[in-house]
Amino acid sequence: MIFNIGRNGRRGHVLPKVGEKVRHTVGDVSMLIPKNMQRKSQLRLPELSEVEAVRHFTRLSEMNYGVDSGLYPLGSCTMKYNPKINELLADLSTINTVHPYQDESTVQGILEILYRLECWLAEITGTYKVCLQPAAGAHGEFLGTLLMRAYHQLNGEYERRNEVIVPDSAHGTNPASAAMAGFNEVVAPSDGDGCVNLAALKAAVSERTAGLMLTNPNTLGIFEKNIEEIARIVHDAGGLLYYDGANLNPILGKARPGDMGFDIVHMNIHKTFGTPHGGGGPGAGPVGVSEELAKFLPVPRIVFDDERYRLDYDEPYSIGKIRSFYGNVAVLLKAYAYILSLGGEGLMEVAEVSVLNANYLMKKLKEIKGLTLPYNSEKPRKHECVFSAKPLKNDTGVSALNIAKRLLDYGLHAPTIYFPLIVDEALMIEPTETFEKEELDRFVEAVRKISEEAYTKPEIVSKAPHNTAVSRLDEVKASHPRTMALSWRMHLKRNRHDL
Amino acid sequence: MVNRLGKNTHPYIPNSLPEVKQEMMQEIGIKSIDELYVDIPEKYRLKKSLNLPEALSEFEVKKHVEALLSKNRTCSDMPVFLGAGCWPHYVPAVVREIVQRGELLTCYTPYQPEIAQGMLQALFEYQSMICELTGMEVTNCSIYDWASALGEAARMAARLTRRSEILIPKIIHPERAATLHVYTEPAGVSVNQIAYDSETGQISLEDLRSKISDKTAAVYIENPSYLGFIETQVDKISKETHEHGALFIVGVDPTSLGILKPPGEYDADIVVGEAQPLGNSMNFGGPLSGIFACRDDLKLIRQMPGRITGMTTTLDGGRQGFCMALQTREQHIRREKATSNICSNEALCAVASAVYMALLGPEGLRELGETIMYKANYAMHLLSKIDGVKVPVFKSAHFKEFTVNFDDSGLSVKEVHEKLLQRRIHGGKDVSKELPELGETALYCVTEIHSREEIERLAAALNEILDGRRR
Ligand SMILES: Cc1ncc(COP(=O)(O)O)c(C=O)c1O
Repeated sequence: MIFNIGRNGRRGHVLPKVGEKVRHTVGDVSMLIPKNMQRKSQLRLPELSEVEAVRHFTRLSEMNYGVDSGLYPLGSCTMKYNPKINELLADLSTINTVHPYQDESTVQGILEILYRLECWLAEITGTYKVCLQPAAGAHGEFLGTLLMRAYHQLNGEYERRNEVIVPDSAHGTNPASAAMAGFNEVVAPSDGDGCVNLAALKAAVSERTAGLMLTNPNTLGIFEKNIEEIARIVHDAGGLLYYDGANLNPILGKARPGDMGFDIVHMNIHKTFGTPHGGGGPGAGPVGVSEELAKFLPVPRIVFDDERYRLDYDEPYSIGKIRSFYGNVAVLLKAYAYILSLGGEGLMEVAEVSVLNANYLMKKLKEIKGLTLPYNSEKPRKHECVFSAKPLKNDTGVSALNIAKRLLDYGLHAPTIYFPLIVDEALMIEPTETFEKEELDRFVEAVRKISEEAYTKPEIVSKAPHNTAVSRLDEVKASHPRTMALSWRMHLKRNRHDL
Repeated sequence: MVNRLGKNTHPYIPNSLPEVKQEMMQEIGIKSIDELYVDIPEKYRLKKSLNLPEALSEFEVKKHVEALLSKNRTCSDMPVFLGAGCWPHYVPAVVREIVQRGELLTCYTPYQPEIAQGMLQALFEYQSMICELTGMEVTNCSIYDWASALGEAARMAARLTRRSEILIPKIIHPERAATLHVYTEPAGVSVNQIAYDSETGQISLEDLRSKISDKTAAVYIENPSYLGFIETQVDKISKETHEHGALFIVGVDPTSLGILKPPGEYDADIVVGEAQPLGNSMNFGGPLSGIFACRDDLKLIRQMPGRITGMTTTLDGGRQGFCMALQTREQHIRREKATSNICSNEALCAVASAVYMALLGPEGLRELGETIMYKANYAMHLLSKIDGVKVPVFKSAHFKEFTVNFDDSGLSVKEVHEKLLQRRIHGGKDVSKELPELGETALYCVTEIHSREEIERLAAALNEILDGRRR
């Protein structure tokens, strides 16, 4: 723990000096601050030399597993390789020392990049206009549901249209975003094929329907084959169709949400476009919309008048702002470089190989005892497949969680578990296009071994992991009111209390 | 078999090698990858190629992007005196190095804590150090930015108090106010502004008292204010707020907290702010990193948005470790009843801030605050001597930003700005449209990166510009 290392008086960074002339002119700054607003309490931060700080954080990084370490088949998260060149470009001083309020004449380069990226993303998704501002997928969803709201408000129907339909296989952010925008959630059940149940959808739509949020391919990795009918049902009821773009990767260059009738589309730049997740962010969640909805997008818009790029704030129908400035620009810049590195053909190759990899894994994993593939096991999947470890659990007591933990012992990352909610003991596996066959085989072999272990010596699986930096953690303790320690000062306070 | 990418595999796609594809297809039992796409209705299969540029080699991509970016002018080409929500500060080399470590850069949200102890501990240390700075006990791993953190804080206050009005200062960043409005409106929460004292800019206690009621969910202030001055009546505002059963939310610039009283010491219930100045570059305004902290009170903690890292032990009790805590607040468990929809946040920016705070330490953060205040006040001193400008507009102590009014010069902010730019100096933000009652006023920002020479160049340039005008 960083608070336990270092020595009083050590410093890891020295600031530019304040010269005599400045000091003399200004006088003692502490005299400038009104007495009651001066900091009197001691600031209890670590005191480290630069050397100790580097070692501390390097050691932390060594206790961590990333895409650079090996397969990361976390379903729904598209943990693909993050090209190094993009990191280098995003750290150029010609972008990282540019202020967002600089005069337009001094930021033409970055505006051009953002403008082009908007156009490319619109082309890829088949939408009319893209807004780069959302900071993540869920932020894009929030914007999307606000657009639904604005659209229905303008039509004088908002009061009535207060329901958003969400399939039971949807990601948790979908209902949470709809709720934040003031809508009630209506759950649409899946059919035996894992797709939206059309009869149930017909029953769910009404004059209260504001829209439907859909992930396609869905979270089972299955393409919603009835998408045309789904779009018709929702549109006929006066609702809008929202596309959760978490699973855009397998259809890049193959099919476009805009063509399928989606009115609002968010993208997860940190999934599909190869930017790193950074342990939870920063990502970016641009939103593309149909022509009819473009006027509601946040300000400013990046416009080009054949000569210069400008930021345009003049849009009376805009919903306003969902954050400061223009978006996670450093992340968007990496996406720009990514698209350039692949081109249209390369993106299509991304899609196809991501699907090839997923179906290859699926085929191999189907042979493993204790795992089943619910929802039409003969159907090809797109970028991911969701297995159930229910039989294994029934036979041996070993759960999806146990399998996940045991995979860590084999030096691999675990799949997403217990999602989507419509699969018991779910293992949601997304290999992406950026891992080689040999690494996929290593994963299959590890799962096979774990299945064997479960049937022969289940203890070793249920007590896993054994080889990681720490063994299984007590997550209940971390959240219990009496034992929770959410900061170092809270930890010290609790421990004093215990004495 | 021919690959559409030619003879070579793409460097990012190892299995694009034709032989490998062949092997894998054979295993699956298909002859062509198209067979895996048969379930996409014919009608929706894209018949054309995407209208995108052709792929470039790494060298060409680098050259292309560098050439475009070189059209920008930066803080190293000219002194830039802009702040207002994104501030020019130095990012130490160590911070860059650590956040580029692949194991931290390329991992996901730590769902598997046993192989994510590094990220979790770094986030816990970020939370802990933000708590020390703000004087609060609980901090989350970050919200998108200050503006969205404020939106979340207002919604949290409304849930906790079951009330439907937020009071905010009239002097507030317009983008923050706009974001707050967008976040609160769907929750049926209204936002009303408190007037300020025209002499000092300080919040009018009288107006606060007239507006606060048993409908008020929270009172929000910023310290330092949007226009850079230190709000001094914090104890009175806090008391007034709590007497009405409302929550007190304070927005901060963390670089001030080495020298200013932390909001925890004036009984703030929730603290929001921007962690970009702590070790994150400006990047044309993003990513930013929203601070979100609260008191050690279970009622509040349970309503927090976003991910929180907790300290715990291994199940056998043998070792200390870290994992995500209180996940039952979050969207993946609570779905439509979650405290927020936030999933991905700005975790790596938070790690950068942790490294930054660790490098500076208590003495460095105090020095940072003092250095900024010295330099900003030096700039104020020099500018205030120029005929035709009024600096600052309000009689209050200023930290790193301050107002410059040009009414007496006969020039508009825009005109001054253009003349400065001709002299390779970037002036402050024009606030004359958003706060028309202040006349032709700009908001200037000076930090530790501005040298005395640059500040003096600014003063000389303004002198020359206004002088030319007067003659
Ligand atoms: C299907 C789906 N939708 C939405 C999201 C939310 O995206 P973000 O984490 O970028 O907010 C995710 C992320 O895990 C997802 O898998």
